[in-house]
Amino acid sequence: MSRAREAVAAVVDPEIRVVTIDDLGILRSVLEDPATGRVVVTITPTYTGCPAMDVIRADIRRALAAAGHPDAEVRTVHSPAWSTDWISDVGRAKLAAAGIAPPAPVRRDGVVPLTLTVRCPRCGSPETEQLSRFGSTACKALWRCRSCSEPFDQVKAL
Amino acid sequence: MSVNFALALALGDDALIAAQRLAEWSTRAPEMEEDIALSNIALDQLGAARLLLSYAGELEGAGRDEDALAYLRDDREFRNCLLVELPNGDFAVTMAKLLVLAAYQVPLYTALAGCPDERLAAVGAKARKESAYHLDHAALWVKRLGDGTEESHRRMQAGVDQIWPYADELFAAWPDAPVDPATLRPDFDDTVTAVLAEATLTVPEVGWTPAGGRDGVHTEHLSYLLAEMQVLHRAHPGARW
Repeated sequence: MSRAREAVAAVVDPEIRVVTIDDLGILRSVLEDPATGRVVVTITPTYTGCPAMDVIRADIRRALAAAGHPDAEVRTVHSPAWSTDWISDVGRAKLAAAGIAPPAPVRRDGVVPLTLTVRCPRCGSPETEQLSRFGSTACKALWRCRSCSEPFDQVKAL
Repeated sequence: MSVNFALALALGDDALIAAQRLAEWSTRAPEMEEDIALSNIALDQLGAARLLLSYAGELEGAGRDEDALAYLRDDREFRNCLLVELPNGDFAVTMAKLLVLAAYQVPLYTALAGCPDERLAAVGAKARKESAYHLDHAALWVKRLGDGTEESHRRMQAGVDQIWPYADELFAAWPDAPVDPATLRPDFDDTVTAVLAEATLTVPEVGWTPAGGRDGVHTEHLSYLLAEMQVLHRAHPGARW
């Protein structure tokens, strides 16, 4: 992995600070022009209205400046649309460790599937209930565990 | 002016005005979870509006960006449907509006995702997934209220009755557009009829069907909404956080 790629991949999500933008699949590519050394980073938003995008762009530029690329360009693409299936296994493990239930796999035809059970990320119990389909950020829903009574966030399958 | 510009502007205005109206529920919804839900849905609409209006500005080629289009046009220049500018009313009216809007936007964005214009297709592919959540949310509430108590049933039916005339405008034929809204009507009817049936609600008779939003002829409610939405930008042009 190039130094530029390494620097960008380490940028954490401003709203879920336990995972990086690479873990989440927000980071699509880091290209470095071999002749000029100019870096072009491509990212994609999780949700169209995600308010964290400006901070993510600024954090990427700051990380690249520190890695010796002060004139990097950050491009935002919307196609193909982000899917929670792009969250890496490492990312899923980090989310669970932080008490955020990772999303279920998405059906390929684009239909949001019915989630049969979401395990409590704290005690592992499948006895959970959805409190709200919309949570503290655009990408999460709010759940509660009926076994240990703890509320928890779940990344919505998208 | 190209038809792709006109469509991007109309759909962008739908999303923008819907976002502004939904955001009025912030801190005022009946419960905290609902407050967060409606604010999230408003944010999704705003996200779609930004993409569509930015693209409309590029297609127009007159140097107007998303902010110029959102903040520096007057009511007669807006192309949103009348449905989204109507006042929120009580919670049942808002849910009736959201049901109609989402049941229209889901097939609309799905069709847009397959249209030849790559930028519009990208917006469609992204926004349809978000709209599916909005539709689920509205349908859940309409069923819960419609099939709830006598009072909740009465108010949900009143909400549907009040909103229903405005649904027609969404499906006015636009044959040369990348997606002709008229083709979405059967999908919309299937979705809404099924939800209303499960909610023990009656599909209202179609009588008076107001329109004019796509031509810039709006209800007086839009002017008040714009006054609030635009005042800061107009008082402090180019202001930044």
